[in-house]
Amino acid sequence: MPSRFLKVLGIAAPLLLAAVIPAQAQTTLLNVSYDPTREFYADLNKAFATKWKADTGETVQLRQSHGGSGRQARSVIDGLEADVVTLALAPDIDAIAEAGRLPRDWQKRLPENSAPYTSTIVFVVRKGNPKGIKDWGDLVRPGLQVITPNPKTSGGARWNFLAAWGYALDNAGGDEAKAREFVAQLFKNVPVLDSGARGSTVTFVQRNLGDVLLAWENEAFLAIEEMGKDKLEIVVPSVSILAEPPVAVVDQVVDRRGTRKAAEAYLNFLYSPEGQELAAKHYFRPRSPEVAQRYAERYPRLAMFTIDQKFGTWTEAQAKFFNDGGVFDQIYVPGR
Amino acid sequence: MAVEASLDTAQDAGRLPARPAPRPPARPATGERPAIRLALTGIALAFLVVFLFLPLVAVFAQALAGGWQTYLEALQEPDAQAAIRLTLLTAAIAVPLNCVFGICAAWCIARFEFTGKSLLTTLIDLPFSVSPVISGMVYVLLFGLHGLLGPWLREHDIQIVFALPGIVLATIFVTFPFVARELIPLMQEQGSEEEEAALVMGASGWQTFLWVTLPKIRWGLLYGVLLCNARAMGEFGAVAVVSGHIRGETTTMPLHVEILYNEYNMVAAFAVASLLALLALVTLTAKALLEWRYADELAATRRH
Repeated sequence: MPSRFLKVLGIAAPLLLAAVIPAQAQTTLLNVSYDPTREFYADLNKAFATKWKADTGETVQLRQSHGGSGRQARSVIDGLEADVVTLALAPDIDAIAEAGRLPRDWQKRLPENSAPYTSTIVFVVRKGNPKGIKDWGDLVRPGLQVITPNPKTSGGARWNFLAAWGYALDNAGGDEAKAREFVAQLFKNVPVLDSGARGSTVTFVQRNLGDVLLAWENEAFLAIEEMGKDKLEIVVPSVSILAEPPVAVVDQVVDRRGTRKAAEAYLNFLYSPEGQELAAKHYFRPRSPEVAQRYAERYPRLAMFTIDQKFGTWTEAQAKFFNDGGVFDQIYVPGR
Repeated sequence: MAVEASLDTAQDAGRLPARPAPRPPARPATGERPAIRLALTGIALAFLVVFLFLPLVAVFAQALAGGWQTYLEALQEPDAQAAIRLTLLTAAIAVPLNCVFGICAAWCIARFEFTGKSLLTTLIDLPFSVSPVISGMVYVLLFGLHGLLGPWLREHDIQIVFALPGIVLATIFVTFPFVARELIPLMQEQGSEEEEAALVMGASGWQTFLWVTLPKIRWGLLYGVLLCNARAMGEFGAVAVVSGHIRGETTTMPLHVEILYNEYNMVAAFAVASLLALLALVTLTAKALLEWRYADELAATRRH
């Protein structure tokens, strides 16, 4: 009897262990990213795994986690073991650096401010543009409903906010008070703040809420691809912001897990022609001039300003607008 | 839960003697006029259909919108499989633990008098009154990298939050009142005469529990376990906070449904949702079967 029991245990135990403990033989990388990159990284991960196998003979498995950029950064600070972070804006990675998980000069470690692709902010409206929305100025019309996520938790929402602010600043000849009034007026038209960009898109597209959605350019194209050209259309404002979503290796994690080599190769792959091509395929604006040239006609032309031109640095903009008690807290009163 | 409550209120309202009207005298004092009875039944039924039945049908209709083939494919997808496995594993750990805890808590509350007893009873109810998000957050604050125990855990290479242990902990927290809440009133009402008799006749403590107490509470226990299991598999809020949302690794079924929904993958989202609904229905059916099969015993041992 005992021997039979042991036999059963001998068979069952390894099976159980195999079920509980994931295979350790291969390298796994966890990429903690923001919302509208799901489809892009799903493709890129496959391409990178193939290339890594060809180059080194090793198998690498990539894991993804997506959510509002700020919330994702918070998780990494709290101990989510991300080998790489690919977030919506630099201050979110700065926050992780401040918690000691990677050096503060992370942004200098990769080309182009560690942003392998860029994007901008555009409007999505219902087919035929029934409310006749053409530019930022139209968004403050009374009774119009604007959908944007929460700047506290979403990176895209912060780009939205700053794009609107930049437009207003130009329009008012640099008058800060007027810009503030404009953005406050705009946020009075926002009925609901989702925590991430994808949540807002779903609110606008699936739940049919709102007249205009402020969205990442790539997210806007993707929504139209998913929902059909007969339902939605993109409106390109006269001016918008050049959004640079940065990427970084999380040193504390890769050094502990011994995955630095693969993690660095993964991020460098984003800059390679193949990575740039995939970025363009998913409607990001590639950095490589050749790839950008090839996809030139898919991106609408518009004037774009950078964070540095209008707001000094991201750190300053973050402190002024989005930290507790900042401009956003002062102008946004829910349910008003 | 909500539906049970609404039914109860409807029935209570139906039973209310109001102020017994003198006319017509033939009508029983506790009855209502047929019109009112009909209206109340109608309201309860309409409520059920609109808030419960229609959404349930919608879930299955959406899930099968692309045909059986797509439905099965959605469920066989590796990430969905991982989510199903994780959910079942979590429930398989959380439910037995809560079962043991529930019996212990009910035992000591029902059988002993001690200071702080009412405090303990209140504490058991805490997970019901605290928002699930907070339930998740406390574990991040405790076990997160910058939490109370974070640095120590890190030194010893133990990952709690954003991994299976965190998900299990959060699930245990939100589901731990179910068994205890079910057993406490039952054991209080049953009293301890039989146990005392057993002890007098020379049974050991363990024998008394196994042969006297357990048979007395088994239906209440089973009922609590079923409810606990349903909630453990369906919990979203608390688990969302501690999960880290790593696809195919730390996403339970409810979280996986959200991910798929956010990826415009409606059929797959509703396919997984339908499986969750199915698990809930199986739980409810088991409960109904038990109640039907053992109605007399239940009536004898349960007062609510």
